[in-house]
Amino acid sequence: MSEKFVHPYIPNSVPEVQAQMLKSIGARDIEEFFRCIPENLRVKGLLDLPKPFLSEAALRRHVEGILSKNRTSGELLCFLGGGCWNHYVPAVCDEINGRSEFLTAYAGEPYEDHGRFQALFEYESLMAELLDVDVVNVPTYDGSQAAGTALRMAGRITKRDEVLVADTTSPDRLSAIRGYLTPDMKVTLVAHEAGTGLLEAADLASKLSEKTAAVYFENPSYLGFIETRGREISEAAHAKGALCVVYADPSSLGVLTPPSNYGADLTCGDIQPLGIHMFMGGGRGGFIGAPDDVKFIEEYPSRLFGIAPTTHREWGFGDVAWERTSFAKRENAKEFVGTAAALWGITAAVYLALMGPRGMKELGEACMGRTAYAIRKLGEIPGVRVPAIGRSFFKEVPVNFDGTGKTVKEINQALLEKGIFGGHDLSGAFPELGQAALYAFTEVVTQEDIDALAEALAEVIQR
Amino acid sequence: MGMDMKEKIRDFHQARWDEPVIFELSAPGERGILVPEGGPLIEAAGKKALEELPEGMRRETPPALPEMGQMRVLKHFLRLSQENLGADFNIDIGQGTCTMKYSPKVNDRLAGSPKVADLHPLQDESTLQGALEIMYRTEQLLKSISGLDRFCLHPGGGSQALSGIAAIIRAWVDDHGLRDQKDEIITTIFSHPSNPAVAKLRGFKVITIYPDPVTGRPDFEAFKAAVSDRTAALMITNPEDIGLYNDRIREFTDLVHAHGGICSYDQANANGILGVTRAKEAGFDLCFFNIHKTFSTPHGCGGPGCGVIGAAEHLVPYLPVPLVGFCEESGKYFLDYSVPKTIGKMKDFYGVLPAVVRAYAWIMNLGAEGLLEVARVATLNNNYVFQKILKMKGAGAPPYAEGEHRMEQVRYSFQKLKEETGLGIADVQNRIFDYAGHIWTSHEPFIVPEPFTIEPTESYSRDELDEYLAILERIVEEAYTDPEILRHAPHRSVIHHVDHDYLEDPKRWAITWRMYRKRFDGYFQPKDA
Repeated sequence: MSEKFVHPYIPNSVPEVQAQMLKSIGARDIEEFFRCIPENLRVKGLLDLPKPFLSEAALRRHVEGILSKNRTSGELLCFLGGGCWNHYVPAVCDEINGRSEFLTAYAGEPYEDHGRFQALFEYESLMAELLDVDVVNVPTYDGSQAAGTALRMAGRITKRDEVLVADTTSPDRLSAIRGYLTPDMKVTLVAHEAGTGLLEAADLASKLSEKTAAVYFENPSYLGFIETRGREISEAAHAKGALCVVYADPSSLGVLTPPSNYGADLTCGDIQPLGIHMFMGGGRGGFIGAPDDVKFIEEYPSRLFGIAPTTHREWGFGDVAWERTSFAKRENAKEFVGTAAALWGITAAVYLALMGPRGMKELGEACMGRTAYAIRKLGEIPGVRVPAIGRSFFKEVPVNFDGTGKTVKEINQALLEKGIFGGHDLSGAFPELGQAALYAFTEVVTQEDIDALAEALAEVIQR
Repeated sequence: MGMDMKEKIRDFHQARWDEPVIFELSAPGERGILVPEGGPLIEAAGKKALEELPEGMRRETPPALPEMGQMRVLKHFLRLSQENLGADFNIDIGQGTCTMKYSPKVNDRLAGSPKVADLHPLQDESTLQGALEIMYRTEQLLKSISGLDRFCLHPGGGSQALSGIAAIIRAWVDDHGLRDQKDEIITTIFSHPSNPAVAKLRGFKVITIYPDPVTGRPDFEAFKAAVSDRTAALMITNPEDIGLYNDRIREFTDLVHAHGGICSYDQANANGILGVTRAKEAGFDLCFFNIHKTFSTPHGCGGPGCGVIGAAEHLVPYLPVPLVGFCEESGKYFLDYSVPKTIGKMKDFYGVLPAVVRAYAWIMNLGAEGLLEVARVATLNNNYVFQKILKMKGAGAPPYAEGEHRMEQVRYSFQKLKEETGLGIADVQNRIFDYAGHIWTSHEPFIVPEPFTIEPTESYSRDELDEYLAILERIVEEAYTDPEILRHAPHRSVIHHVDHDYLEDPKRWAITWRMYRKRFDGYFQPKDA
């Protein structure tokens, strides 16, 4: 860097200041600080990096130039789901998570960072109401991490090492679960019924044993249908001393029964639908809900913020049962903990406070209404079979195109030309469903959008 | 007038709103936001679908969420935000190891733009070219910075990156049929606690090396005795959390390689060595960077973060999928699932895009000269603060590496203060809030007694460093002359002393409002009393 150049982010680049600081230190030059690094490990010259855009204006132009190549789900009509959804994000959510005080804070104490402790305690509390559980963690990375941790918790609680997982589970989540349980726990898949998609009771019964730590399923399932036999599944699990772990979509819980009410011991999932932009799958946070039982609480690896009194009768907050964590116990801790998704937790708290009980109910009705309407509307198209599997749906439905003679890939390509993101292609992960695609209908979709989709599909198929 | 620029002590009081817990603000009937209407056809369809739900699947009791008007919700959370001291407000150099540098606002604008926020991960790749290009370019930058061959940008934080690294080590060991032989991972006590935690999670026995009392570096003789054919991997930080660069690092990595093990470099914080030294030359096979530390993306109260895993050629086949590829022929970027021995998915979809966009912008704004200047000024600032704290009454550095400079941070001790006044780091911490400051103890266990770790980064001006030092000096002075003021601190923060016993007692802890209501009436009146 030339002598005169001072970067706006590096105030002490000013040569005079550097000279004075060096003098105060008693060092000849900055190089002296690096002398401890052996010569053969030193970078010779400069790193091989592109020429920088030094001014903010030039930088912005460069980055925006690249980003302008994206076409967004706001610009096109989006019917994609599969674990990330185009829900509406209230402006207040963005306002709060954009606040410098929250955005740039990190690990302050319960005093100068009282705000984040209270906001995250409120997040835990609001989620607990939605899930109808007593305990919820400060968010972990995402739903897959929450699922993996919930299953490891079940393993530690039951002291067993096998989990039974519905084979309709999201393929990516299943991959993450398998990976996270390695090498301590074994994953065994449980089959589904061909027509309804529901977990096959006989297969579950034959696989449940004294080795089973937990039975895991998603509700609504990855394929969109609602698992209506939660009670039977949890009872079967409990009868064998296993836990029931359910992955739930929080946006459904204004209208659908929370899993804890049909016997789930642990409820996990992702908070992306609660006021967090999609960010190409980069805006996520994982929750794990549990009962008020020390045997469960002690198995959380996550931060758990609790409420406590102060000397001056204020609401105070802090970490509950700190000694569980890897910060306190290194390798003798429960799994591990670190920087994860706190700001999204605060965002979800804002969202739930805005929505309230009525908002969450209306959101659920809005999703179900659009999906039901779409099922009828798309079902009228010759060659299209809706649903491809399942009976009851929340906001997603698998659509089968076998009767059209076209592949999902061909159809989606043609839809894209019409400015529509068609449903996610399921033919690779679920070949038994034929040429099927998973369509999602959130509250931002209008009747006109669905009509436009149906019209476009009809035309594309006839080509 | 404002604070005296010579004395540099502010007449500070943090915002104190005495804000109720949100449930106390509920006013039945109020609404915070409306859901878009669907029209009669959709509403009828929704009603019917809901009615047709099988028995027991329809929620009968609505969730007991508060009911609040929009402005009331906004105000509540804005007040809470004011009761939080982000790095944009304080001189955030007291959170050592965490690299609390400036997160440029322009990068926030870029990351929050609809061209980033409104992308669905399963969109056709042709519509995600901009995002994929940013990811691909960021990977190329990281390759240059580390010397490693490929990066996976997925993990949502450093600990998840470490978890991925441990999974790769597990997969590599198993893949080579060495499960029964290679069952140990070696780390050091001054490496981040997640290193041993994830090693254990993947079924390895953990061996922890302590520092040589003279050099402060990991004890090489102890390390030599620990390495064997059982060694699956070394997982180490360098410079360690105490700010000393382990100059024998290449001997460490060579020895592990000689026994057929893997070397993983925890570069969560690489701020003192950017452009100075790299993972490759030090002999590492794996590394990770915390994008939210070294590469400036905001910490968000503890995430979303981003930890990127780098691998040398022979371990690239184990990285999580998908990576981002570029096809010269078509000129298109694509999601690359052709990773033959992949450990599979770790994080949903492809990682924390807004963090990656910010990091890309940050690196592209600084360039190679700028990154080197970051490391130079980070070490300059640190050694400036170091010399001043060494002269401070009651404070000091542990008795190793005497007379040596430090890299980007230093672990200090208030042991002397404790001995002379009975007050230690916890008391200083409680008082510093009154001066708009923050000071962190350090990672446990406290090998250094009464520890604290200061990391000035490159972001703060000398004036600000002096202000922080003036605060510390003032508090130390108070410890000697007016100890009671520390004992009852904080006085000018958001709240006063919290009774932590409640947080450790299963009968009194309350992780949610409903737990609180179950246990207590009014203000912590036990229900059964």
